[in-house]
Amino acid sequence: MNGSAVRIVVDLNRCQGYGQCVFLAPGVFELHGEEALMYDPGPEEAQRLPVVRAAAACPVQAIRVESPDGRA
Amino acid sequence: MTEEATAGQAGVLARILDYANRANPYPLYAELRNTPVFRAPNGAYVVSTYRDIWALMHDPRIGVSAMSAGMGGGMGGGAGAGAGSGAAAGAPGGAPGVGGGAFIGMDPPAHDRLRRLATSHFEQTEAVRPGMLRTATGLIDRMQGKQQIDLVDEFAYPLPVSVICEQLGVPHEDEPRFHPWSEAIITALDPRPGQQDAAAQASAEMNQYMAGLVERFRVEPGQGLLSGLAAEEGLSTQEVVATGRMLLIAGHETTVNLIANGMLTLLRHPEVLERLRDEPELVVPLVEELLRYEPPVQIDPKYMTLDDVHVAEFMIPKGSRIILALAAANRDPNRFPDPDRFDPEREDNEHLGFFTGIHYCFGAGLARQEAQVALTELARRLENPRLLADPPPYRPNPTLRGPRHLPIAIDGIR
Amino acid sequence: MSPAKGVFSADGHVVVVGASLAGLRAAEALRKGGFRGRLTLVGDEPYEPYDRPPLSKQVLSGRVAPESTALPQDSGLDVEWRLGAGAVGLDLAGKRVRLADGQDVSFDRLLIATGTRARPWPNPTEAALDGVITLRGRDDAARLRRELDAGPRRVLVIGAGFTGSEIASACRSLGLAVTVTERAATPLAGALGGTIGAVAARLQRENGVDLRCGVSVTSLEGDDAGHVRRAHLDDGTTLEIDVAVVALGAQRNTEWLRGSGLGAGPRGVACDAGCRVFDMYGIVTDDVFAAGDVARSPHPLFGFEFLALEHWSNAIEQAEVAAHNMLHAESERRPYLHVPTFWSFQFGVGIKSVGVPPLGEEVVIVQGSTDERRFVAVYGHAGRTVAAVTFDQGKWLEFYLDQIERAAPFPPQYRNVAQPEVRQVLPAEFPDPVVPTEGPMIVRTGHSPTERAWTLLPARGGRA
Repeated sequence: MNGSAVRIVVDLNRCQGYGQCVFLAPGVFELHGEEALMYDPGPEEAQRLPVVRAAAACPVQAIRVESPDGRA
Repeated sequence: MTEEATAGQAGVLARILDYANRANPYPLYAELRNTPVFRAPNGAYVVSTYRDIWALMHDPRIGVSAMSAGMGGGMGGGAGAGAGSGAAAGAPGGAPGVGGGAFIGMDPPAHDRLRRLATSHFEQTEAVRPGMLRTATGLIDRMQGKQQIDLVDEFAYPLPVSVICEQLGVPHEDEPRFHPWSEAIITALDPRPGQQDAAAQASAEMNQYMAGLVERFRVEPGQGLLSGLAAEEGLSTQEVVATGRMLLIAGHETTVNLIANGMLTLLRHPEVLERLRDEPELVVPLVEELLRYEPPVQIDPKYMTLDDVHVAEFMIPKGSRIILALAAANRDPNRFPDPDRFDPEREDNEHLGFFTGIHYCFGAGLARQEAQVALTELARRLENPRLLADPPPYRPNPTLRGPRHLPIAIDGIR
Repeated sequence: MSPAKGVFSADGHVVVVGASLAGLRAAEALRKGGFRGRLTLVGDEPYEPYDRPPLSKQVLSGRVAPESTALPQDSGLDVEWRLGAGAVGLDLAGKRVRLADGQDVSFDRLLIATGTRARPWPNPTEAALDGVITLRGRDDAARLRRELDAGPRRVLVIGAGFTGSEIASACRSLGLAVTVTERAATPLAGALGGTIGAVAARLQRENGVDLRCGVSVTSLEGDDAGHVRRAHLDDGTTLEIDVAVVALGAQRNTEWLRGSGLGAGPRGVACDAGCRVFDMYGIVTDDVFAAGDVARSPHPLFGFEFLALEHWSNAIEQAEVAAHNMLHAESERRPYLHVPTFWSFQFGVGIKSVGVPPLGEEVVIVQGSTDERRFVAVYGHAGRTVAAVTFDQGKWLEFYLDQIERAAPFPPQYRNVAQPEVRQVLPAEFPDPVVPTEGPMIVRTGHSPTERAWTLLPARGGRA
């Protein structure tokens, strides 16, 4: 296990730039311009809740988070 | 598509719009899905399956700009003055209705430009949560000592109004003035025949009110979207007013229903309510499921085809109005297993509660967080809440659907 | 111990060679598909699978650390990790993979997912200079970050494909002076054609890149301390630089299969539509599969031509099909039907594509405007739509995917939103493949499963 407490991968083909993740976890997800999503794939534990909220909010369910109980 | 089948489905649609079925239109939506596309008597094509609606909302051959009366426009099942009211909408930008002149009623490129500007001036990040919590807390505090509350009048309406006023920069104390205008305009959006007439006056008054705010912000900048847009070089007062107005109306008329429908659903599923009390973060997937299960916006009638478009085995001719039955699509068994089951932890929930495509709900970030905060606090603090009327009395509108009152008995407030 | 044909789930040993995206997703798919036997993942890097796309973007700009890129994994994956010593040989008959540390790993079924590496600078002495870097993995990214942190006078990016362009974008976001050289007439010419590539050129220049097209670097020169300081171009100019990033495309990691008897070569490992690998006689094997960048497979949508795709989505979807087919009898296998999809984020713009743009001879802007850098471009071949590219118009892409799957007529005649006043059909201007470019990320490799030698496909209209 590499160091990061939280692991994220976004399917950027699915992503259409709705930006809901940016609203819910602005410390992890940033939109450059309108559609270029830059995110931190390995944020600290304190971001886990915002990231889980962000993943639920994605209209195309493009965000995968490694969750604490192990469910992907 | 046989004539009989079309007539049959037109009847189903009429019954969906009929106020008598406001409390539970879902069996009717299921019947509607039997014919994924059919032509309603007024010439509009009704689409009700998930896959087809999703595809249409990503199809550049459909647009909204010919539809100038915002959301709603004659869908009446029969003859009558209202049936053609889409055509009665009047000139773009000046018409009554939510979208008059705002980007919800525009196509790209004009749409994209305005929406982009509005986005840059509208705060929707998690920074809004503390303020929402404060307001929600205050509203619930005021329920102390009561044995019975109306969740709509005492919570589900005032919370979104407060939030949207703050985000727009509209003085909250003006609520008694713009509430009746908003009500009148919403009534005008009711797609049933005869409902569109009252709003012109309200619309003009609201426009005047908003224009006044914008002019003040041009002179003395303040907080919120109106002030931000007022300072933008490339925007006319009319554009700012139209945008602000759309968001003011949409920002509370829909969110009220999200919260009220949400609380109603929780009260009907008490085991979920109890879980929510103990596990507040359940609210996150739960709100998404509410957006699927009881979407505040049930029907989206604003699109028109710009060219012939094939949907399923149908060909919808160029220049046709399309009516998207989102509430039907959200319960499509081909997309959502066991669709009539309310499952707060449902996975793979790409619902249409906030639409999809370029017109995806502008305020979704705000609405979603508002519902999360609201339902968590209600679950936490209402002691032994029980529905006093099931079904509760509903608002008349079938498109923006929700309870007018939600009477609840409580033992107390924590 | 080879179980009865078609029966595999319960036991047996699957070895996946390649511990990156394709390898990991295959392992997850195998477990989800019910595989309960031994599962070994072999990787040449000492790291568990990590995501590469961020390396040329937010990692390079310093926003994210290289080691933060580890990919999420299903819990309970139950994999034996053999990391840090890659595969160096394959004994097909003996069903054994030889590793760099001298160990052997036996298998019942094998998945080849060794991917690609960056094409190195052709002059080894110059390539060994400090500050001359190719960007493929985490360690490369860390090295390049250190060079950028040192405040170079100028960064040279050699090659304006997607990777080179993204690297230039990240460097510009750091306020560094950047020169990009590109042999073709425009950036992204191999992937998107020169007509759309011209828009990319404007995008680069608007963002302060010193872009030089139609030019190549002939040599790199270092100082006494062995650090790169100068580059010579074939137009006679010289650049004073402190970093040279070599972004000349990718090479398939197939050397370890030399002599194995498989249909593997510089163009990749050939496999059928079910991801089963061909041997060198063109006969499909039973127990060896391939997925991801390393594979070349026939695409029904594109005349069953073998395509080698360097796309993220291809790695995942092909890995999942390969895993499924490993676990199922013939009648239940799935063909790999995938329309290529791709994204690149550069200079604040999201560029996306669907289909195979290099198949297109013509291109037309159907939505938006290239002047605004927001548009949809559709590519056509023989009167059919074969690809679409969007700049900041990604919400529309799935419609065009549908058009491609239907082989919709080209040029499109329908009315749509944001339609330009004049719908002008232009030549797509893909460079003649005889002129090497950075590498198009979709490599058309002809119709033969056994062709191992590298031959450049002839220009437009020719046949392999």
